[in-house]
Amino acid sequence: MLAFIARRIGVLFLILFGSSFILYNLAAIAGDPIGELRFSDDPEIQAQIRELEEFLRLDVPPPLRYFIWLRGVLGIFTGNLDLGLTRLRLPVSGEIATAMPITIRLVIFATIFAIIVGIALGIVTALRQYSRFDYSMTFFAFLLFSLPIFWVAVLLKQYLAIQFNTFLSDPQITTSWKIGIGLVGSIFWASLLGSKRGDFWKVFAIVFVATFAFLTFVDEANWLTDPELGPVLIGLLAVGIAFGITYLSTGFGNKAALYASLTMAPLTVISYFLVSSSLNSSSSIPQLLRYALITIVVAVAVALGFARIDRGPVVRTTVITALLSGHLIIVDKFMQTWKPYMEEGAVSFRPIPTLGQAKELLTPNEFWISTLDILVHLFLPTIALTLISFAGYIRYSRGTLLEVLNQDYIRTARAKGLNERTVIMRHAFRNTLIPLTTIMVVDFAGIVGGAIITERVFGWYGMGTLFNRAITNQDLNLLMGVFFITATLAVMANLIADLLYSALDPRIRVGSGK
Amino acid sequence: MGRKSKEAALEELTIESGENAIANKEVEGLTQWQIIRRRFFKHKAAVASLIFLTFIIVFVFSAVDANFGPIKTKGWWKWSPDDLPELRFGDCPNDTIGCPTISLVPKFLGGEGIGLGEHPFGQDDIGRDYFSLVMKGTQRSIQVMFIIGFFAAIIGTVVGAVAGYYRGIVDNVLMRFTDFIITIPAVIVGSVIGAKFGNLGAIILAVYLGLFAWTGLSRLVRGEFLTLREREFVDAARVAGASTRRIIFKHILPNAVGVIIVSVTLLLSGAILLETALSYLGFGVVPPDVSLGLLINQYQDAFTTRPFLFWYPGFFIVSIALSINFIGDGLRDAFDPRQKRKITKKEKQNARAIARNQA
Repeated sequence: MLAFIARRIGVLFLILFGSSFILYNLAAIAGDPIGELRFSDDPEIQAQIRELEEFLRLDVPPPLRYFIWLRGVLGIFTGNLDLGLTRLRLPVSGEIATAMPITIRLVIFATIFAIIVGIALGIVTALRQYSRFDYSMTFFAFLLFSLPIFWVAVLLKQYLAIQFNTFLSDPQITTSWKIGIGLVGSIFWASLLGSKRGDFWKVFAIVFVATFAFLTFVDEANWLTDPELGPVLIGLLAVGIAFGITYLSTGFGNKAALYASLTMAPLTVISYFLVSSSLNSSSSIPQLLRYALITIVVAVAVALGFARIDRGPVVRTTVITALLSGHLIIVDKFMQTWKPYMEEGAVSFRPIPTLGQAKELLTPNEFWISTLDILVHLFLPTIALTLISFAGYIRYSRGTLLEVLNQDYIRTARAKGLNERTVIMRHAFRNTLIPLTTIMVVDFAGIVGGAIITERVFGWYGMGTLFNRAITNQDLNLLMGVFFITATLAVMANLIADLLYSALDPRIRVGSGK
Repeated sequence: MGRKSKEAALEELTIESGENAIANKEVEGLTQWQIIRRRFFKHKAAVASLIFLTFIIVFVFSAVDANFGPIKTKGWWKWSPDDLPELRFGDCPNDTIGCPTISLVPKFLGGEGIGLGEHPFGQDDIGRDYFSLVMKGTQRSIQVMFIIGFFAAIIGTVVGAVAGYYRGIVDNVLMRFTDFIITIPAVIVGSVIGAKFGNLGAIILAVYLGLFAWTGLSRLVRGEFLTLREREFVDAARVAGASTRRIIFKHILPNAVGVIIVSVTLLLSGAILLETALSYLGFGVVPPDVSLGLLINQYQDAFTTRPFLFWYPGFFIVSIALSINFIGDGLRDAFDPRQKRKITKKEKQNARAIARNQA
């Protein structure tokens, strides 16, 4: 195993070396960094050109110049990585260090959403293979595959930002909207949950009434301008989460898990009153992480109290439930921040932005407002990225699950009398996750490079913008710096994916034989 | 669904073999290609997409002047992208300029009757006919797409076939080479190439992009060759004295053609999105040439006032990519021998009855 990893890392360096060499030469030959200056009629131009040539080392032919660049990069082993200077005489590593977190912030939520929603929908379509729901999801997935992101982005800006902001200035949900949204939602959920004809109409009716009631509530309680969950709703939602997670994770048959998760609901309401005063403008991310840690400890303690035997699944269920319900308190705090945020001068009641990554002119030192600001700026790009990337997960998880469901061990599991939930969640779903994990890892590395267009459309200053600048200014060092990071991530992700695959699937042995 | 008894599971097993019998009966006495063609034509969405795509291609290439290498054809549409007709002001809603004249509502429904009018997709800022621009752009995008697909298919197949057939050191070298082409993201290669060769014309750009788009295909073909070369019919051919070239091209390749065709189709839909994305970024097709991505880039700010400038090129991108995806799906179903056909309820009941009688 160790020999395998060592060999793979060796190959990885060779690959990075080869591809950076190709790209460097390609870019150097394709570009003409002093092209603009040539046509200038400035009397000083000859001196300028000479100075620039010296700075960019244009006297050295590209294949050799590459090694000058490489020497700086290899400094990573002696602790001083040198990616060179941009044409504006700024260190490339500094530029990347500021751009990288922004790109990661941009893609991380989208990737997580895409994975969760994509896998969930993929599994449901596989379980309802050849149903109307399956066909419409297939069509939907293909449609999303075919959408250019820059096109989607313009549509989102128009309809989800500009027109929604206008709507928010005087939010009135009309009855026709309520009926429309209710119909769409109920058709979706009914075809998702109702496998038989009778079930279909039952689910349809319930969802329609629920959506209608919810929208009426949103309208009456002014939720669009001043939302708040409050202890009662938090408690109810926590009970719902407890039931849902228990059903998926262990089934209602496991009483200890059910009771332990249900205990989390009153505990959530109690902690709502305990922490609400300490969630103020001086809150911070470490503080929230500390709360999450406390939540996990309490959940484990409660679970251990309920479970005498077979404690693992109970603890798992309770911890997931506790984290999800505890997260409601944070959501509530954000909802309370919505109104003051809208009233900020820089926002002035048009909360959904179409450009940029954060606003400048907000009240300083307000943790909740500035965090909400970041989240609001993430809204459109995240939707756009999620839309175009989750179709892949739908198709892939559907295919994998169908393949797994045809395996003999699924038939064995059914034949020995396990219920359908156990067969799907424990036997089929877990095996579906094996190939999916590797896809996720590779995807995440790829998306950093793929956010170039998204960043351009939404005006973010991340890696994509650096890359754009590198191409338009013919800035070779900057281009290679961006490439170095994305390519390293990509090959590392491939290695991790291979190792994960063999760790998750004992049938696959890496490093044995050829 | 409740617990299933052992008998029920057994019954399921017998039904399944019954279902297989139904599927087998349908393909009795047919050649491989006949079976594939039949399966493909059963996929309604794929067939509809194929007809739609053919229609779009014929329509687009006949509408304005087209260029197939040395052969030049005249378009039937009255304007060409180079004409500068007078910009229409008067009868547009909301005081916009150059609005589209296309009308799809028939007269008896209160519309203006079905017809194209003077400028069906409207006019751009300087009055050029937007219909002819979109047609020209679609031609470009389709050409680029097919050229990328052609080069990627050939290189990918050859590299994959050689690597998979010879294995060992050849395989290792070729696959490591593939690996480092993969590490360079397509958009980056495209931009670097496009920034330089974009102004040499769309065709050259497409060729260069094709030289970098074959990696996924070559991996698939290699995998297919690795399994196929171990099969008995290959041994038989070798024993019979067939040359290596004959084994590769006559015996293995026809068996791998399904994988190739399917992934080339999907590669095509990726190619049109890549081309439009690059042109949108400004690194692909550059003015005065026209492409769909370029049109969207030029008119995205006009969306609030003149949304048609944005909708029409987008519509062509989405419909081309979508129909190619569906054709690919249909081909995948047709070529995959493991793919189970949907068994209708009636057939299931029949099989169940037969199984019960046998038991």
